[in-house]
Amino acid sequence: MARFSFLEWPVLRQLRTSDKTGRGESVVSQQTRDTTPRTVTADKVVQSVCPYCAVGCGQKIFVKDDKVVQIEGDPDSPISRGRLCPKGAASEQLVNAPGRVTDVLYRAPKAKDWTKIDLPTAIDMIADRFIEARRNHWEDFDDKGHPLRRTMGIASLGGATIDNEENYFAKKLYTAAGAIQIENQARI
Amino acid sequence: MANADCIIIQGSNMAECHPVGFQWVSEAKARGARIIHVDPRFTRTTAIADKHVPIRAGSDIVLLGALINRVLTEGRYFDEYVRAYTNAANLISDDYVDTEDLDGLFSGFDPDTNSYENSTWSYQTDEHGAPLKDPTLKDPKSVFQILRHHYSRYTPEMVEENCGIKPADFDYLYESVTENSGRERTTCFAYAVGWTQHSLGAQFIRTASILQLLLGNMGRPGGGIMALRGHATIQGSTDIPTLFNLLPGYLPMPSAGVHDTFDDYVAAVGTPETHKGYWANGRAYATSLLKAWWGDAATKDNDFAFDYLPRINGAHGTYQTAVRMLNDGVDGYFLLGQNPAVGSANGRMQRMAMSHLKWMVVRDFSLIESATWWKDGPEIETGELKTEDIDTEMFFLPAANHTEKAGTFTQTQRLVQWRHKAVNPPGDAQSELDFFYELGQAVREKLKDSDDPRDRPLLDMTWDYPVDEEGEVDAEAVVKEINGYFIGGDRDGEPLDNFNQMTDDGATAGGCWIYAGVYAGGQNMAARRKPRDEQDETAGEWAWAWPANRRILYNRASAAPDGTPWSERKKFVWWDEETGKWTGKDVPDFPIERAPAAKSDQAYGGPAHLDGDDPFIMQADGKGWLFAPSGMIDGPIPTHYEPQESTVANPLYSQQNSPTRMVMRREDNLSAPGAGVPGSEVFPYVFTTYRLTEHHTAGGMSRWLPYLSELQPEMFCEISPELAAEVGLEPYGWATLVSPRAAIEARVLVTKRMTPLTIGGKTVHQIGLPYHWGVGGQGAVVEGDSANDLLGVTMDPNVYIQNSKYVAGTIVPGRRPRGPELVDFVEKYQREAGLSPESGNQQVTVSAEDVAASHHAGQGRSAGGHAHRGGDSAVGVTPGRTLDGGRDGVSDGDGTTASATVDSADDRSGRITIEPTEAAEPTEAAEPTEPAETAVSNRADDGDPSDGDPDHGRHADGSAIAETEVAEAEARARAARDGQADETGRENEEEDD
Repeated sequence: MARFSFLEWPVLRQLRTSDKTGRGESVVSQQTRDTTPRTVTADKVVQSVCPYCAVGCGQKIFVKDDKVVQIEGDPDSPISRGRLCPKGAASEQLVNAPGRVTDVLYRAPKAKDWTKIDLPTAIDMIADRFIEARRNHWEDFDDKGHPLRRTMGIASLGGATIDNEENYFAKKLYTAAGAIQIENQARI
Repeated sequence: MANADCIIIQGSNMAECHPVGFQWVSEAKARGARIIHVDPRFTRTTAIADKHVPIRAGSDIVLLGALINRVLTEGRYFDEYVRAYTNAANLISDDYVDTEDLDGLFSGFDPDTNSYENSTWSYQTDEHGAPLKDPTLKDPKSVFQILRHHYSRYTPEMVEENCGIKPADFDYLYESVTENSGRERTTCFAYAVGWTQHSLGAQFIRTASILQLLLGNMGRPGGGIMALRGHATIQGSTDIPTLFNLLPGYLPMPSAGVHDTFDDYVAAVGTPETHKGYWANGRAYATSLLKAWWGDAATKDNDFAFDYLPRINGAHGTYQTAVRMLNDGVDGYFLLGQNPAVGSANGRMQRMAMSHLKWMVVRDFSLIESATWWKDGPEIETGELKTEDIDTEMFFLPAANHTEKAGTFTQTQRLVQWRHKAVNPPGDAQSELDFFYELGQAVREKLKDSDDPRDRPLLDMTWDYPVDEEGEVDAEAVVKEINGYFIGGDRDGEPLDNFNQMTDDGATAGGCWIYAGVYAGGQNMAARRKPRDEQDETAGEWAWAWPANRRILYNRASAAPDGTPWSERKKFVWWDEETGKWTGKDVPDFPIERAPAAKSDQAYGGPAHLDGDDPFIMQADGKGWLFAPSGMIDGPIPTHYEPQESTVANPLYSQQNSPTRMVMRREDNLSAPGAGVPGSEVFPYVFTTYRLTEHHTAGGMSRWLPYLSELQPEMFCEISPELAAEVGLEPYGWATLVSPRAAIEARVLVTKRMTPLTIGGKTVHQIGLPYHWGVGGQGAVVEGDSANDLLGVTMDPNVYIQNSKYVAGTIVPGRRPRGPELVDFVEKYQREAGLSPESGNQQVTVSAEDVAASHHAGQGRSAGGHAHRGGDSAVGVTPGRTLDGGRDGVSDGDGTTASATVDSADDRSGRITIEPTEAAEPTEAAEPTEPAETAVSNRADDGDPSDGDPDHGRHADGSAIAETEVAEAEARARAARDGQADETGRENEEEDD
């Protein structure tokens, strides 16, 4: 704790600094003075876009030690002019929320709970099931003999929250596999 | 929007759902604009508006139709605009019969399939296929006179009776839009899922489109119809679609029996023989896509591997797919950031469907309800499902978020914005880009020795992408493929500059033709970030908008027919005589050197044959469609039908509900009986769902965040003081809400913001329900009952979006029963109302004579209509595909029945006119789309015998949906389709909404 000084008595500080309302410099503590915004101490800032609704507000992502430490509105954006709504302003928690899961989990048939597995194993298992489901429900022709060349064994839902390039990959891979039941949030 | 003189927000709570976009409404107001909010609820949007017009949910066409009627009868339309830029003067087939004359049906209705044969809706043409017109607009067969006749009974009195809107409020609305339209002024409409989530949502938007065309507000700054969409790239995922009926760039998925050959397919997309607009180059767009996907394996000799594309033959939408799951017809299901257990209509049906899967992959940030339904879902509590009996294998794969990967989102105004990567994903989290890349590699590796022709499309697919030092796919390389590039020649491998460079000979590749230019010159245009204060209001150097970085679609209409601006005040794009080019504040949406006075001697032939006053360049005839000769399943002009479950009789026609709506007659999807039918009194109130500022859709990105959960911790219902008194509800106490499908509980918010309406002499109470909460899920900060469990699945036949905005129900004080008693509780109401799968699902309610007359009219025509091509349906008018919209082919309707009839292989529109309807019996519903399984030759031969099992999945009650999100997509498309459309546009820049 700082050494006590009579001159630091709040009333004198207020008089000395001409802080008439007592809400300015005279009531700022050393701790406050020593505090700097995360936006200043960040290692880097990258321009991004809010992940919630379709307005497309500009975001600035502040990063320190390879961690996202703050997300602010981007004043350069002609769409949002620096503003964010409560969701956009809370999006740092989308990165760092305690409820976020970063492990791959698997639940076997009839099992009562999850078990952890590694990512390559999961992708290999999914690839096997993908191929099997595709074959199980393959259709070459309809009842009039028109070509179908498709599988009804695989369905997919979602796309409006992931990137355009990711939608492109999903549609391309599914279509090449013959899977047609591909849908996203635009249908609801 | 900031440039509008009047803004009508209808079907949207923009201030709370798109708060930052709403600043442009405030900006417009500050510049003097009048703001009107038409909505069942008083919200923060209303608080900023000059006027609140409370409306009964689902009655929007009555209101908008009455505005159209008065604009026409009082001559307040923008005469010069209407005559030059719309199809007002076109003559429609002599066999066309309007709903006014068939008690609510149009000509061409087939009662066996509950769908329309639309040849009687087409233009009259001369022997060369050119449309016949009456410039005086007096011919009774002219579109102009048909409109007058059609809306003649949509009067202020009808608005008061059916919408609950006072005559003085209607007058105010009418004066506002007419005084703020014309050469000097423009009016803008904004909507969201309050319009799309109805069984005739696409027609709501079309009604606004007709009004905006009549008032001359399309293609102009401060005009248009803004779709306020709800997800970061809901637009992008429609453009580059993870949707069953589309390929990138609104090319249709090919349909069996309709597009069996590449020539059939291209004819349906658009050719110079059928179109004068840009769809005439459909072959080049499709060929480039096939080259992008199958590279060297796509050759001229094999029609560029067109046969590698799988075929659809009906509606394979998300609800039809859920039914298929219930019948054990689907093995595996991927969820990519969507939470249907909470977000889709009839949540119970969704969860039960999942229990029939063999496996499921959930990719998300946390353990959402759709990942944990097997251990803690509502059906576990009621005992309808037991964890130890569920065979579904579950995979949860953690996803990278928007800061942990680079890529683009396309926002609601078509602006494609690049995000830079900030950090690496934690733990095993990865992007969808990497996941699909790795899955594709693994599948290809396992099949690499296969000689099965069915595996060729996978093995021949172009799937080599550069990866960075972290092993992550370079997203920019994918942007380049989407943009397109040259193959061979001087510029081999270079990116395309625009889609006009695409060819149909295999010399170009391009993954999504409308995005051509986003990587022009090898520059990532979506990453452009020139600050707003360093450029003009259009901000053309901030990111990139499709198509061609154009910010307002159809902006040639911002100039008069002679090419001069309509006014100095609304000057935007105009013809420069000196240079002989179109110029202005935006990229002109017209062939740049095509003069205003240019005339073509033919009604088709591609863009070179657009007349100088054909601003709607994606329409086959270049005009804005007041009347849609094709493209809409449920009628060429919007007509009011009551919502499914409405307790109000349709005051206009005997036809109570839309005759072409898609119903699902199932024990787990029961409907209220409908107006006047015994049992309807059991569900006297109207539930309407909505979003809050502090949560996002089904909650996957908000209920796990402490800040947001603290701001909106609990599920509640909004009710009026009058209803609270009637039912005996205490503020902040508990209430149980019951629909024909489910019961949920919520805290009670009593507020004057809800206005009881007087409809047909009776009081109608509406109850507002946010839908962000769910039961189950692990790690959520807050949970609560899901409003979407209350909803039923009844769909728009054009876009298969469910009706979420009008749900019949009742409300009682106190909490709901727990455990198995909850099931008994709901069944008690179902019995009391006498519900069966037939309840409320009668498709046709007009007299047999009218049905016969409608059917007869259509039959007379249909032979001729299909037999010759330029015949009745004019030139290219038929195809009608429009940019944003999509394809109409898209619309195939069919429903779930196996009997889907594909109509006319030679229907140029390419549309499968199937019968939208669905499944007549629960048993039938059982097999969705599948054309007789037995007839199908399965490779694995076994097929899936269990597929048609009718028993599964039928339980009482359903419940339902919505993620609100919007369907808009397509709805907007639809709007677009008629030319109007979508303007989405942006207004000068900023737009946004």
